[in-house]
Amino acid sequence: MIAAFTFYMFATILTLSALMVITARNPVHSVLFLILAFFNAAGLFILLGAEFVAMILVIVYVGAVAVLFLFVVMMLDINFAELRKGALGYTPLGLILGAVLLSELVVLYGAWQAPALPASMPMAENVTNTAQIGLVLYTHYALAFQASGLILLVAMIGAIVLTLRERSGVRRQKVDAQVARTIDESMSVRQVPTGKGVSLDA
Amino acid sequence: MLEIGIAHYLTLAAILFTIGVFGIFLNRRNIIIILMSIELMLLAVNINFVTFSAHLGDLTGQIFTMFTLTVAAAEAAIGLAILVIFFRRQGSIAVEDVSHLKG
Repeated sequence: MIAAFTFYMFATILTLSALMVITARNPVHSVLFLILAFFNAAGLFILLGAEFVAMILVIVYVGAVAVLFLFVVMMLDINFAELRKGALGYTPLGLILGAVLLSELVVLYGAWQAPALPASMPMAENVTNTAQIGLVLYTHYALAFQASGLILLVAMIGAIVLTLRERSGVRRQKVDAQVARTIDESMSVRQVPTGKGVSLDA
Repeated sequence: MLEIGIAHYLTLAAILFTIGVFGIFLNRRNIIIILMSIELMLLAVNINFVTFSAHLGDLTGQIFTMFTLTVAAAEAAIGLAILVIFFRRQGSIAVEDVSHLKG
């Protein structure tokens, strides 16, 4: 009873906030509703007994991806009203496509029977969900785990390379030029005539 | 109705995926919302993975969810970086302006 109520609560809020993500006028509201959707999905994962994935979802999506979206939306000065113009022309097509897709998926799930296959990666008994994942992630899936780390490294370097820019007219510290200075080129001894001063150029 | 089974979760994921697809049509010119719609679709896929993992007693689904999360994070970072440099160059993010690579 309580499990059913919890499921319906999370599912309703998840669906409504997903709808708000795509319909909100202000993109900042869209990002905030996206964060709410991720929190509710994490709640559903906990209901399913996948606590570790739920926590990872909160950390990765809410902590990193959603904040990234928020930064980009807030830092770029974009005219969103302009972008909305003429966007409604594709709504009927989108509605038809969505209705077909949803009905096909629901019919498919209604007709599908779970095959009686043995689990390829059965869950270990009497350990927590996190320990279960740790037992297989670093042994059976070690190579895939390393590969996903490599993907993140490539993404990180790619994002830095893409957004790095050399501006002209900015005074930067040039460490090598400063270190390479010698006494000869930076100091000179002048004989100053009395009452006349000396020109700095020569 | 009160017994929550695999069908409930799968239907919810299907609804979420459909909302993601519809969001692409609804915000066809705004690439930031399109990226968020893609995140919603990936979330629906993740819900499917975890549901099957829980109901079949098989950890593979949860492991694969983590790899999906990795790819989603990388995709968001690269996509937003491309968006930022495009905005710097063009001063707008309208999707139909992105046609310089047509050749």
